[in-house]
Amino acid sequence: MDHIDLLETKNRELRTRKPLCLRVCMAAGCMSSNGQAVKDSLEKEIRAAGLADQVEVRRVGCLRLCCEGPLVASDPKGELYQKVTPDDAHAVVAALKNGNGELKRGDLQHPFFSRQMSIVLENSGVVDPERIESYIAADGYQALHHALMEMEPKDVVDTVFRSGLRGRGGAGYPTGLKWSTVAKTSGDRKFVVCNADEGDPGAFMDRSVLESDPQRVLEGMAIAAYAVGATQGYIYVRAEYPLAIARLNTAIRQAKQLGLLGGGIFESGFTFNVEIRIGAGAFVCGEETALLASVEGRRGTPRPRPPFPAESGLWGMPTLINNVETFANVPPILRRGAEWFAGIGTQQSKGTKVFALAGKIQRTGLIEVPMGMPLRTIVEEIGGGAPEGNQIKAVQTGGPSGGCIPANELDTPVDYESLVRLGSIMGSGGMIVMDQSTDMVDVARFFMGFCMDESCGKCIPCRAGTVQMHALLEKILKGQATLRDLQRLEELCDMVKNTSLCGLGQTAPNPVLSTLRFFREEYLHRLRSLPISPGIPILPNGSHHGPPVAEAAKT
Amino acid sequence: MAAKTLTIDGRLISAAEDQTVLQAAKDAGIQIPTLCHLEGLSDIGACRLCVVEVAGSNKLLPACVTRIAEGMQVRTDTERLRHYRRMVLELLFAERNHVCAVCVANGHCELQALALALGMDHVRFEYRFPKYSVDITHHSFGIDHNRCILCTRCVRVCWYIEGAGTKNVAGRGAECRIITDLNQSWGTSETCTSCGKCVQACPTGALFKRGSAVAEMERDRTRLEFIVNAREKKQWIV
Repeated sequence: MDHIDLLETKNRELRTRKPLCLRVCMAAGCMSSNGQAVKDSLEKEIRAAGLADQVEVRRVGCLRLCCEGPLVASDPKGELYQKVTPDDAHAVVAALKNGNGELKRGDLQHPFFSRQMSIVLENSGVVDPERIESYIAADGYQALHHALMEMEPKDVVDTVFRSGLRGRGGAGYPTGLKWSTVAKTSGDRKFVVCNADEGDPGAFMDRSVLESDPQRVLEGMAIAAYAVGATQGYIYVRAEYPLAIARLNTAIRQAKQLGLLGGGIFESGFTFNVEIRIGAGAFVCGEETALLASVEGRRGTPRPRPPFPAESGLWGMPTLINNVETFANVPPILRRGAEWFAGIGTQQSKGTKVFALAGKIQRTGLIEVPMGMPLRTIVEEIGGGAPEGNQIKAVQTGGPSGGCIPANELDTPVDYESLVRLGSIMGSGGMIVMDQSTDMVDVARFFMGFCMDESCGKCIPCRAGTVQMHALLEKILKGQATLRDLQRLEELCDMVKNTSLCGLGQTAPNPVLSTLRFFREEYLHRLRSLPISPGIPILPNGSHHGPPVAEAAKT
Repeated sequence: MAAKTLTIDGRLISAAEDQTVLQAAKDAGIQIPTLCHLEGLSDIGACRLCVVEVAGSNKLLPACVTRIAEGMQVRTDTERLRHYRRMVLELLFAERNHVCAVCVANGHCELQALALALGMDHVRFEYRFPKYSVDITHHSFGIDHNRCILCTRCVRVCWYIEGAGTKNVAGRGAECRIITDLNQSWGTSETCTSCGKCVQACPTGALFKRGSAVAEMERDRTRLEFIVNAREKKQWIV
């Protein structure tokens, strides 16, 4: 395939499009609420109405407002139908011809949609994730062509560097710097690895990107491979994402058929192949050195860095490893320029960030917003606040490595540095909203339990420390702990944070530390006074008739 | 190979440039506590006992896998490090069933010796008392998982020195355990060469020669170093 073929593919796709289109969300969220049946029913209805040559029923990726699924968007009317059932097919088709059937119409002017800004998700809900032509019609693979034909590898690295893009996996390492390191390190072979082992509780950004627009990730990887001099790529995706895996397989097969992956891409000398590696369910395999060990077929445990993967990664070769969302940002950066991207966001954090909005909030779903947007805008305007008029108490970001940001800090702009200042992290993009009914000690215990289960067991502080911290949190929850237990918990937090081998252990205490920082009284209120006088019975709920707890806390 | 100078605990020392902080300190007569490290084996930086403070790094670095650098300033024995090391030991003692009085390695145990050396005289954390089995199906050796600290010395010695690849780790987190082949009893292993290197490598009473009674399991650590030297440097110096 050359550039003319690419444009011809695009034009053919656009030419053959039907005037009307129903975009049916077929990402995992809507699929799990009967989306497939909705699509089948719509197709049947359109055939029955004799509209098959006028209306396209298109399988698309995530339409964002997951809580209202299954979602169907109607073009060119610009309507969004929510909670569509197979029985609604008649009304949806009638609505195409200005019928006014009983349908739950979504408000596309709501801040949930209007405050979003799409770069990573620009094709999500628009293109058919199982047809490469659909991606090409949306200017797909133009960036790769541009890079291969008109840019030197170092110019590609330079463009990514100047864009200010930072790693979307959580830590925010400058992507251009990482690419540059791999490009400058010599090795017999080099590898590009896509980390799709998204495992934070409540996070589904990467899954949505892979299910909605898998070609974009492949294109980003191919551009990266050209920039750093790699010929082989791996996508490490967790087995819990079967739909993403299936769509990736389809995408790789189609890209190979069109000569957009494999040998001599765009009839240049550039070769790049991608293979999928499926994770077996260990959270720690999202840590880069553990992930690489797993790709190599070894036990997925982290190793100390240095050497960093950029220097010694897969089979000791220089390896570039980036997150799904990072790669998904690359094609638009090359297409529209580093300056365009650098103009979005804040001084330190450029571009947009995709968040999975979940928890005690009116509108849950997938959002993409410019960096630096205040947390309040995200949860109160976009998310519509807590349901039933409840007050938002805290927002948890960064999953088990992150922290809880209290309601009085909601005006914090969402960027890498601001969140770190509050003892949380950007993380990969899980955002869990909590209202008044949430017990913060229980939140801390939940995340500690998660880290305890997911610790690989290699280093002692993480393996044994999380067990002890979890036990202490349980003790506090049962009302059986004393102030001394709390001190011990804090001591363990400090020790595990500072001595653990990898990021999992080093950040495992964060949910405890941040809830202790902002909600310390919730811990203190659960402590029992010390000592219990003999003869005072412990109540079944663990509390007892001792002196008021607040007094005990002062001592 | 060029030499570099660095400061460890205020002492100016010189070391070969490919040395780790642990090796350089040892050559200078400075002892850094270790558990997963064993001369002759590749280091994995897992036990975290050897973490040291390096000026200019906000992280504690494991001495066993940290290369020296010119002008490096290392502190190996601050109050903070001693505190963390004692906690590592406390966590280990609380994790499984380390009952010295009835242990084959009593008096010859690295865990016990470290607890003495670092002043860990009591455990402030709740003992977990897990129920673990003892595998004595092998004709010469046995493994008592109650005493295992998962340092993986036995695994590394089995893979990288003996080359048999019999031992491995299964499970994760606190559920980790040393397994034989495909998680079968040791006696049924088809890959085990019964060389006994794993028994020699074990720091505690987890791996032992069958028939050893309390305090009888002494080990000869120098054999491993001897074999590695012989193989890699063609030196047969006892």
